[in-house]
Amino acid sequence: MSPEAARAVAPGATVALPRPTVAVGEATGRPRRPRWGRLVVHLLLVASVAVIGFPLYYAFVISTQSLDQVIQRPPRLLPSTHALENYVEAWRRSHMGRLLLNSMIVAVAVAAGKIAISMLSAFAIVYFRFRGRQFVFWMIFITLMLPIPVRILPTYEVIGTLGWLDSYAGLTVPLMASATATFLFRQFYLTVPNELCEAAQLDGCGPLRFLASFLLPLSWANIAALFVVLFIYGWNEYLWPLLITNTDEMRTVVIGLERLIPRSGTELPTWNLIMAGAMMALLPPVAVIIFMQRWFVRGLIESEK
Amino acid sequence: MKRTVFANRWLPYLLVLPQVVVTVVFFFWPAAKSLYLSVFKSPPFGGRDIFVGLDNFTALLQSPEYYDSIVNSFVFAGGVTALSVLGGLAVAALANQKIRGLAVYRTALLWPYGIAPAVAGIIFLFIFHPAYGVLPYFLSFVTAYEFNWLLEGWIAMTLVVAATAWTHLGYNIAFFLAGLQGIPDSLLEAADVDGAGPVRRFVSIVIPLLSPVTFYLVVVNMVSGFFGSFGVIHAVTHGGPGHATEIMVYKLWKDGFLGLNLGSSAAQSVILMALVIGLTMLQFRFVEKKVTY
Amino acid sequence: MRMRVRRIGLALAALVTALAPSAALAKTDIQFWIGISGQLAETVETQAKEFNQSQPDYEVKVVRKGSYAETLTAAVAAYRQRNPPHVVQVFEVGTQTMLLSGAVYPVYELMQQHEIKIDWNDFIKPVVGYYTKDGKLYSMPYNSSTPIFYYNKAAFKKAGLDPGKPPKTWKDVEAAARKILAAGAAKCGFSTGWPSWTMVENMHATHDQPFATRNNGFGGVEGVELLINREFGQKHIGQLAAWQKDQVYSYGGRGGAADPKFINGDCAMYIQSSALIGGFTRSVKFDWGTGELPHWGPPYRKATSIIGGATLWVLKGKPQADYRGVARFLEFLARPDQQMWWHVNTGYLAISNTAVKNLEQGYHFVRNPRQYTAFAQLTGLPPTPPAALKGRTGPAPKPERVATPNSQGLRLGNFVQIRDVIESELENVFAGKKSAKQGLDDAVARSNALLKEFAATYKQ
Repeated sequence: MSPEAARAVAPGATVALPRPTVAVGEATGRPRRPRWGRLVVHLLLVASVAVIGFPLYYAFVISTQSLDQVIQRPPRLLPSTHALENYVEAWRRSHMGRLLLNSMIVAVAVAAGKIAISMLSAFAIVYFRFRGRQFVFWMIFITLMLPIPVRILPTYEVIGTLGWLDSYAGLTVPLMASATATFLFRQFYLTVPNELCEAAQLDGCGPLRFLASFLLPLSWANIAALFVVLFIYGWNEYLWPLLITNTDEMRTVVIGLERLIPRSGTELPTWNLIMAGAMMALLPPVAVIIFMQRWFVRGLIESEK
Repeated sequence: MKRTVFANRWLPYLLVLPQVVVTVVFFFWPAAKSLYLSVFKSPPFGGRDIFVGLDNFTALLQSPEYYDSIVNSFVFAGGVTALSVLGGLAVAALANQKIRGLAVYRTALLWPYGIAPAVAGIIFLFIFHPAYGVLPYFLSFVTAYEFNWLLEGWIAMTLVVAATAWTHLGYNIAFFLAGLQGIPDSLLEAADVDGAGPVRRFVSIVIPLLSPVTFYLVVVNMVSGFFGSFGVIHAVTHGGPGHATEIMVYKLWKDGFLGLNLGSSAAQSVILMALVIGLTMLQFRFVEKKVTY
Repeated sequence: MRMRVRRIGLALAALVTALAPSAALAKTDIQFWIGISGQLAETVETQAKEFNQSQPDYEVKVVRKGSYAETLTAAVAAYRQRNPPHVVQVFEVGTQTMLLSGAVYPVYELMQQHEIKIDWNDFIKPVVGYYTKDGKLYSMPYNSSTPIFYYNKAAFKKAGLDPGKPPKTWKDVEAAARKILAAGAAKCGFSTGWPSWTMVENMHATHDQPFATRNNGFGGVEGVELLINREFGQKHIGQLAAWQKDQVYSYGGRGGAADPKFINGDCAMYIQSSALIGGFTRSVKFDWGTGELPHWGPPYRKATSIIGGATLWVLKGKPQADYRGVARFLEFLARPDQQMWWHVNTGYLAISNTAVKNLEQGYHFVRNPRQYTAFAQLTGLPPTPPAALKGRTGPAPKPERVATPNSQGLRLGNFVQIRDVIESELENVFAGKKSAKQGLDDAVARSNALLKEFAATYKQ
């Protein structure tokens, strides 16, 4: 873990990773070369990667096979040549374009919305003294104890009353209130030195300008990290879209995929299409993790309340 | 330390408004309505709600399926946690050795976290498929037992636990790696000089120092396994075969949305609410205290 | 001058007519929510399109809402928000819920009030009986099926059995299974789909045994209890469990989970919905045939089977003017030619006797003998279609089944959960964890609790 990441695990973070009491220049926490050989370690790691990667590899392989190859015995473990037609057919059958669009909209909107709302709330809680401040704080805290399953039936009714069933509003807005993100920003703002705010006020800076010109630039790292984590959360969310959407046009990809599974024996076992669909469904969030790995790891560690 | 603040009177209210509105409309109001619905029997199409006091609750507590769902929830969450925490620790310990390519390995181990449990479940569903899956095929060489998750509950449970644990691995590895890297070299080297072998070093130094992370990960994995696993059950097993993989959250949804028994579903929501509140209080009383030094 | 004004007036009038949303020309939407998917759903959409094109006033919009359960839930939610669909397709196990809901516009009333004549007596009795209350039809039958017996003719040949003669009694089934196993023609004798529907509900009905008290629930809601743990239930389920031991019977899961067993040739015989004929025609590679459900023979009477599938319910709460369109749509669906088209394209039953007769006279059943089985079994017709017998001498074959009070169907609340309970307990029995008696007793106890709970919800 890089030093700036270590520093960013700020005071007030609720999981204290063991803090190194070492002199500068000494510490990355990795032990000396083990006696039993680097080779063994590499072998074991490669084996781990292989085991962990096998399901995905297998899914990919199946997605490239024709139906006959899928059901043949013994199972083929090597890729075949039917990838293009499978992906095209899976795309067509499940209206994948629409599903992916919906998932993208939900993931981005939820991530952006959560961050925006939480920043504003945290800012208000930290930088103002107002009546009901404690009340608001506890109100937000209590939402931690009300996960979706605890309120599904009535929430469904509320969404229905608002006319938000089968709508982007219904899919995204209710997910935008987050205690975790709010507390995260709150903690972060608490670490910002007072002097900064005093100086800004002396310069005649109003609160909103302070937020935009001073806090925001400082927060980019946190925001980026959070965005990555929340994007993945929004993309993979299952129960909520299942409740809210009834029509094929509004479903997200993780739910739309379930529709492709043949449940009755007279439907053809088109697992190659399903795996193709699964690959398309998991690609965006996995790509995000791979390419934004550093932000992601940081975001995880920051937001573990 | 006294913080510097801004003086506006109405701005803070405006700033918290979005969050408060969403919280009240989508959290508090439905939670209250759940409480209300739980003490009534409500015909699905509407009409007279009949007040029945605690009948919905007693019916639940007397129903063997409800207890089964509680057991299933714990088995599921426990299985996922055990597999993914232990597995994560092992892999993180390996990756933390002084070898080249740490970044590459870390990427290669982290990415399953991006896969939705439901999607992972679908992949594992095929791997476990009684007719076409690769796992029953290879197992058939070892035993004559029909490895069919549609018929045997424990196989179905293994399926969903394995799929979910797979997606949790990356998260646990990331945290363990961070934790391991916080352990000072000097400690380990000193122990090495004292003659402690790698295993002893690991057990006596690394594990205790990692205990806050481990504790935290156990809690998070358990909670996620308990409340966040609706997707994999719905997409893969539908709670079956029989009720073998019916966890509390799934049963709650099924009774309300498929069985149209609004009162019982609401009562289950309330019981879950009590559970979460209890767990959260526990978490804050013990985990936080123990961990923030 | 006048000419000019006139011309301008005409031009304006034309303009206004062209621009106005022409309320007179706009069709009224009829929302029709369905719970089926895939090819069947497409067939529904085709049928709706034909209705839309046949008249200028109403446009039926077919909306797929997912599975039957999801569709019902969506309708419930929509109704509570005062925005229900006009017509919703509900599975047969939801009948009691719909009848007691107070949300339904009974079909007979709808037709009466719009003065549309439908000959209710022309409908097949078992189908209509299921959905009739006080002699009046509440729901429009749409896609009905009944379980029948499928068998692998190639496997029969290999085992030295006559491929043209499906076994009629359970003893015959056992004998055939043993021969097939001995000849290695299949891995198992027979399997079943929808275990509660085929092996409990329909077995009781076809053997003239009561499934529940109060006339299978038709008599009321209070105090209804199941009767499946009596002598007949124990005998049949016990026998299935015994057969499971040597693969004469092989339990394959709920719903259609065991379908692959038949399609792959693993099991030579199979009991499942008649609606699968279409699917099997496409996916089964060997020669196969259908027969009626096996029977235990005396002392049990041979009665007709009960239906499955779904029907159409009309919901209240829409503008009065819309209901005329709904009535006309239902009348359209009930026409014999529509019935025939529907049957031929989906494999579901045509539900009016006229349609059946037309099909019959068109030699449809001679060309598609498999599709006749279901009709014969439901209505007690002789097992060979009359058209196939033209020219033969000798006495006409007599109907082999009778309709009895026990074979009219079931009307139970919480039926979805009850089926779930029955199937769970059957699984315990087939896995050897409980005896047939124990499993059935437990199923009855749990189901009775569910029935009580249902009655309590509707207590006035």
